[in-house]
Amino acid sequence: MADLKTTFLGIASPNPFWLASAPPTDKAYNVNRAFEAGWGGAVWKTLGEDPHIVNVSGPRYSALHSNDRRVIGFNNIELITDRPLKTNLDELRQVKKDWPDRALIASVMLPMNEQSWAKYIPMIEDTGVDGFELNFGCPHGMSERGMGAAVGQVPEYIQMATEWAKAAASVPVIVKLTPNITNILPPARAAQDGGADAVSLINTINSIMRVDYDSLTMYPTTDGLGTHGGYCGEAVKPIALNMVAEIARTRETAKLPISGIGGITDWRDAVDFLALGASNVQVCTAAMVYGFKIIDDLVDGLSNFLDDKAIRLDQLIGKAVPSVTDWQHLNLNYVEKAVIDQDLCIQCGRCHVVCEDTSHQAITDTVNGERRFEVIDDECVGCNLCVSVCPVDGCISMQQLTAGIDPRTGAEITAEKLQWTEHPNNPMRKTETS
Amino acid sequence: MSSDDRIRAGRLARSEIDENFADLHPPLSRSEALIEADRCYFCYDAPCTTACPTGIDIPAFIQKIRSDNIRGSAHTILRENIMGGMCARVCPTEILCEEACVRNTHEEKPVEIGLLQRYATDPILETGTQLFERAPSSGKKVAVVGGGPAGLSCAHRLSMLGHDIVIFNRDAKAGGLNEYGIAAYKTVNDFAQKEIDYILAIGGIELKNASPLAAEDGLAMLCKKFDAVFVGIGLADSNELGIDGEDLDGVENAIEYIATLRQAEDKSTLPVGRNVVVIGGGMTAIDVAVQSKRLGAENVHMVYRRGPEQMSASVFEQALAQTSGVRIHYHASPRRIVGNGHVTAVEFAEGLKLDADIVFKAIGQKLNADGYGALEQETGRIKVDGHHRTSMPGVWAGGDCVAGGEDLTVSAVQHGKIAAIDIDRALRKN
Ligand SMILES: Cc1cc2nc3c(=O)[nH]c(=O)nc-3n(C[C@H](O)[C@H](O)[C@H](O)COP(=O)(O)OP(=O)(O)OC[C@H]3O[C@@H](n4cnc5c(N)ncnc54)[C@H](O)[C@@H]3O)c2cc1C
Ligand SMILES: Cc1cc2nc3c(=O)[nH]c(=O)nc-3n(C[C@H](O)[C@H](O)[C@H](O)COP(=O)(O)O)c2cc1C
Ligand code: SF4
Ligand code: SF4
Ligand code: SF4
Repeated sequence: MADLKTTFLGIASPNPFWLASAPPTDKAYNVNRAFEAGWGGAVWKTLGEDPHIVNVSGPRYSALHSNDRRVIGFNNIELITDRPLKTNLDELRQVKKDWPDRALIASVMLPMNEQSWAKYIPMIEDTGVDGFELNFGCPHGMSERGMGAAVGQVPEYIQMATEWAKAAASVPVIVKLTPNITNILPPARAAQDGGADAVSLINTINSIMRVDYDSLTMYPTTDGLGTHGGYCGEAVKPIALNMVAEIARTRETAKLPISGIGGITDWRDAVDFLALGASNVQVCTAAMVYGFKIIDDLVDGLSNFLDDKAIRLDQLIGKAVPSVTDWQHLNLNYVEKAVIDQDLCIQCGRCHVVCEDTSHQAITDTVNGERRFEVIDDECVGCNLCVSVCPVDGCISMQQLTAGIDPRTGAEITAEKLQWTEHPNNPMRKTETS
Repeated sequence: MSSDDRIRAGRLARSEIDENFADLHPPLSRSEALIEADRCYFCYDAPCTTACPTGIDIPAFIQKIRSDNIRGSAHTILRENIMGGMCARVCPTEILCEEACVRNTHEEKPVEIGLLQRYATDPILETGTQLFERAPSSGKKVAVVGGGPAGLSCAHRLSMLGHDIVIFNRDAKAGGLNEYGIAAYKTVNDFAQKEIDYILAIGGIELKNASPLAAEDGLAMLCKKFDAVFVGIGLADSNELGIDGEDLDGVENAIEYIATLRQAEDKSTLPVGRNVVVIGGGMTAIDVAVQSKRLGAENVHMVYRRGPEQMSASVFEQALAQTSGVRIHYHASPRRIVGNGHVTAVEFAEGLKLDADIVFKAIGQKLNADGYGALEQETGRIKVDGHHRTSMPGVWAGGDCVAGGEDLTVSAVQHGKIAAIDIDRALRKN
């Protein structure tokens, strides 16, 4: 078994899997169950000032389902903790005492004035927590009160609040970023400039799930009215991965440690985040959908993977970052063609119809009068659509042309690379003389 | 032992019999249907559709189940096959659509197309939701002879196309073998009649039951009174074995026993033999054997003169018989039926001898051509072309009575539909 012990900002945990600040970490009861199940750490449900907020007593959650009701995406309008601060602090203190080997982080959300931070941060730190996470991401409710995403969407505020937190805290401070922005880099830089020890991302994405087909109101509602919620779960992973990779591959922010969050459900999702630059990961929705037991697969799946690859966890972190670049640096001389394995093909015809209707008319439906699906190299642009829709795993593969000519373009295959920056069709290309 | 002892009713309690004759494939719940629908790949030029004799767009109706568009799904089915509800219950899908399903190649388990088809059509028939309208009246009248699947399908399509139809049907009820033949556990709760009510509700169809048309000049008369005639009379006669003892008491035509069984209010009142021998290898043989067993016969032997591959009953049907406790003997031809007034045993050429209180002959049906001599025949049935035109101008035919069919409900429906479309074309020309 590969060793999964992790140290993030000096905070040790038996594995890189923390529970994100959310209902699974709402109180000692849940966190104790999580630690018993084997979770490496927990970011406590976000604390705020007293008097505590109140939640609606109607539906807070709703889901995007597949036909067999697997939860693909998840939406919530829950606010931060709805319990008194003292109750939370007492429980934090006890949990840390009971579970000294686990990471315990206090998530906090405070108003935009320095006194609040100076007052609450030391009070919370006194419970023995290993660090803070600043919630600048909650996109509903709290943002209407000038907190959460309302802070996370303004880099200057992020920096200011981070500075206040850092000034009052002696343990590490993680800044949790909101994805409800167009470019993740300014908020990440602001956190870094404010002195953040790390960033965590993503929080949830503004969303409305659907309408109710009977009442034709949005769904769900509280007494007939609804409000946008925050979207999370499997569906948001690609959005989160891009933001993590952007921070990891940008020179100014490359050194900033990242805690990856968003849609992690099985160990492969964790590999995605780690390889794209996160040093550990946090999970919320998958635990809310399946319970804490999913930690078994997360832990031994990752461990088996590392054994198979014969690498250590720290060697996995950031491994895929160098493979992420800008479009303009992709090699335009590189050519792939789809190849169908006729032994695996079940003849559903999906590849044909999608290529025919929406791509490049590059797959046959009949050959010599027989139902048969073959790629026409003269037309195939190598787009990967057929691979994406084929129901049989591994039946269609993309194979590189390494010699000869591309029958589609008539161009010779060459090992020489050609980026858009140098492409003859690019009016702004860099020429040797310029 | 008197024959009365050997053949008697009430071998099983009524409750036991009711259980034995419950729905063979219970309907899918909504969850089951959604999960099953999700297994469909939405194939291009779908092989299952090609394999369906009526050409139902299967991926399209399954897609509509996935989106809870049940009315749309039922319309997709019924517009090609107005008996989509019955076919969902009785089609041997394992040799039709489901055999062609690409999931067989992927995982040897096809999408349950039949059950999904039932899921989509049941609610429409239950609520009587009319999905079809009649075109403006053409003023033309068509006579349909035979109220089985072929005739009803033809009549419904003709009505949709704006024509008026009179159905002349021999039996007291319409439906043909749907009502008098198909195994009881395939079509429970009087489904055949409910489906007919739905079909007739479109309007423009007058149904005359107990009105056989068999007189020598009957067809000619119809041709005079109507603008076109469709013949869908099925196969009224049973083949004979042509061996000694065939006329002993207790030697019966399976088809007649099945008809009695299908019409029985209370199946525990039906007489059943203790030792039953069924001769034949088709669906009728399987059905009479299985139903005898389910009525409480102790030993049921089904004897077929060739091997399992030649049997016209599908592998699924053969397995159903075996799991119901029917013993199947292959490669055995009956030589002689023995008995003294009443049958006691059947002897086979291969030396096999089986005790019998009842012998069911299920060696096929044949055309009764009385009154239809004017129509040219081929292999003992009415000859038709690709549009289901007979040799006589103005007369079309379809279903079991025509040559070259598969002798399935679904094929009869397709024949009726094709003929109706051609009749419409012909009527609009003049
Ligand atoms: C026991 C048995 C089980 C079967 N099981 C299945 C099954 O599970 N699945 C399947 O797909 N198929 C099955 N079949 C086959 C299927 O029932 C037939 O293929 C189908 O019913 C043929 O329809 P049809 O309209 O041609 O004829 P029929 O259903 O035979 O209908 C003929 C109609 O014509 C009427 N008629 C006959 N003569 C005259 C006349 N002279 N004048 C007026 N009316 C007349 C009759 O009253 C009847 O209503 C089974 C058949 C049998 C015998
Ligand atoms: C019901 C619910 C409540 C949440 N509450 C908080 C919160 O109080 N503080 C916070 O920082 N994030 C909160 N989140 C966001 C999660 O911590 C996490 O960032 C997000 O759900 C993405 O991860 P996931 O896809 O694993 O759920 C909440 C999420 C959910 C679903
Ligand atoms: S890779 Fe794209 S263009 Fe080529 S066959 Fe597949 S879908 Fe068509
Ligand atoms: S999508 Fe895959 S399985 Fe289907 S026809 Fe194409 S190659 Fe074959
Ligand atoms: S062949 Fe099977 S998977 Fe394909 S459309 Fe038909 S039912 Fe669906």
